[in-house]
Amino acid sequence: MEKWESNKAWFLVLPVFVIVAFSAIIPLMTVVNYSVQDIFGPGQRIFVGTEFFKSVLSDSRLHEALWRQFIFSGLVLLIEIPLGVLIALAMPKKGGWVSVNLVTLALPLLIPWNVIGTIWIIFTRPDIGLFGAAINGLGVAFDHTAKPLDAWITVMLMEIWHWTPLVVLLAYAGLRSIPEAYYQAAKIDGASAWAIFRYIQLPKMRGVLTIAVLLRFMDSFLIYAEPFVLTGGGPGNSTTFLSIYLVKIAVGQFDLGPAAAFSIIYFLIILLFSFLFYQALQNVGKGEKV
Amino acid sequence: MAKIELHNIAHSYLSNPKNESDYALKRIQYEWEDGGAYALLGPSGCGKTTLLNIISGLLIPSEGQVLYNGREVTALPPDKRNIAQVFQFPVLYDTMSVFDNLAFPLRNRGVRETDVRIRVLEVAEILDLTPFLQKKAAGLTADAKQKISLGRGLVRSDVAAILFDEPLTVIDPHLKWHLRRKLKEIHDQLRLTLIYVTHDQVEAMTFAEKVMVMYEGELVQIGTPQDLFETPQHKFVGYFIGSPGMNFLECTLHGNIARVNGTEIQLEEKTAALGGNAKGKLELGIRPMYLEVHDKAVAGGIPVTIKTIEDQGSFRIITLLLADTILRAKLPEDKPIPDKHAWVRFPPEKTRLFAGARLIR
Repeated sequence: MEKWESNKAWFLVLPVFVIVAFSAIIPLMTVVNYSVQDIFGPGQRIFVGTEFFKSVLSDSRLHEALWRQFIFSGLVLLIEIPLGVLIALAMPKKGGWVSVNLVTLALPLLIPWNVIGTIWIIFTRPDIGLFGAAINGLGVAFDHTAKPLDAWITVMLMEIWHWTPLVVLLAYAGLRSIPEAYYQAAKIDGASAWAIFRYIQLPKMRGVLTIAVLLRFMDSFLIYAEPFVLTGGGPGNSTTFLSIYLVKIAVGQFDLGPAAAFSIIYFLIILLFSFLFYQALQNVGKGEKV
Repeated sequence: MAKIELHNIAHSYLSNPKNESDYALKRIQYEWEDGGAYALLGPSGCGKTTLLNIISGLLIPSEGQVLYNGREVTALPPDKRNIAQVFQFPVLYDTMSVFDNLAFPLRNRGVRETDVRIRVLEVAEILDLTPFLQKKAAGLTADAKQKISLGRGLVRSDVAAILFDEPLTVIDPHLKWHLRRKLKEIHDQLRLTLIYVTHDQVEAMTFAEKVMVMYEGELVQIGTPQDLFETPQHKFVGYFIGSPGMNFLECTLHGNIARVNGTEIQLEEKTAALGGNAKGKLELGIRPMYLEVHDKAVAGGIPVTIKTIEDQGSFRIITLLLADTILRAKLPEDKPIPDKHAWVRFPPEKTRLFAGARLIR
């Protein structure tokens, strides 16, 4: 048979190119476009090069927001991943309670994000909120609108309540996929509950936990709606995370150039850290041990 | 060492079993001799794995007792029994090296590290795993993984019996043979009691000294491969053992003569005598390889029509029609086969009589 050659095959990948172009490349390039030009109006633009990047990078308020963001995402991962795994381990393996548990856990995931903020505003109000009033009644002067620490505690509690269920669902799915024979073999080998966790459950959950870490890192690093509704970034700037600060620059001050430069840096940070997490989790326990 | 006894074991997976059919195991009574190699053979869902899990302690039976050397262990967990089990799929601790995998059961039992080392190296040598000891277990081939699962049983000096639950399912055919031989070697060397569950008759026959055939939760026959072939105690054994399975023909008994669809078949005197008192549907059974096929009328021959001939290489399988009953005969490839009509003879010494699916003896 004669070999048939033609460049027509390119047409087959064209739809993907078009979709990716419109969904990612073109929007990203507009942001790049804004980040290197100062635009005053239609037809009035000056090329400024890396000036916006320099000014953004030397912005001390951005540094603060960035640190805040890292601390927040770090805490989220440190609390939500172990807590999610613990809850998944404690859940029943079969029977009617499984679906009751799963539905209850999934509820926070179904609520719109700004509604979550509203729920927690009411829940933590010192005068009428169930949580706020109760804790004030116990003699603790809790007020997230006035005290930075209380604001942080509230935002963290809200975040944990909102997103730990996702980790639980992923970890539970991972646990359920372990064949029964592993537990039977471990029983015969005389393994303790800790050994079963350490050598069977944890290694078998690596895949889903990688996904959980990545999702929780990315989502928490991008967090906007819930703290914006709950604290508006305050008191002061104490809960102003990167997204909130970015919106303040872009919408509040209408500085589109610096905001665009900021967006690109923001995107690169997330990309870099997601890559690092992924690499680290893929390689954990892979090395040949002697 | 361990002699394993089961007394009136019955098990149901339901909490309130109402009748016979709710039981996965029905009244099992048996004694496994120390150091024997047994195969537990039966189709999927007949209760083999249930029985195995009861012996190993992964399952507590609804009724009856399990005894090891006369000591009751029915309610003891698996790690308190001197037993190891190898599962259908290799079970490995992926993050550990092969050495650590083999050492795991010993370390869990608080064995001193120097002793662990000695034992692991010994067992690795037996199983040809020495070159892999420092490798991660996860990257090995299926047969090496299954050897590690077996090794975790062998390292324990207290293990007296090893149970295998279809251990060769995921092994490539050419390695199955190799692994089976390894098992036999280990059995000869260590004289452990081995109980091997399988649904593959060839595996059972080559591995075991005694084969136990299970059917619908019952042990229908226990015997040497020879016994199972020559004198199946139950119709099921006749079907299940041998390829193709035994021929069965419904019959009525008249003295020493069995009448099948109007034709008469001579039986052995003692068989016929016992059959006279038996209850239940009477059936004749004969192995395809014992059914004689002739190209002309012989004494005691019954005319049949040849339907198909299947060439299987070293032998041929002939499908015959006796009235409307299908019979199969197995003939060596060099034996000439008549075209359309033939005469079959049932050698009385090889013809068995079954009543209500059970052999009459």
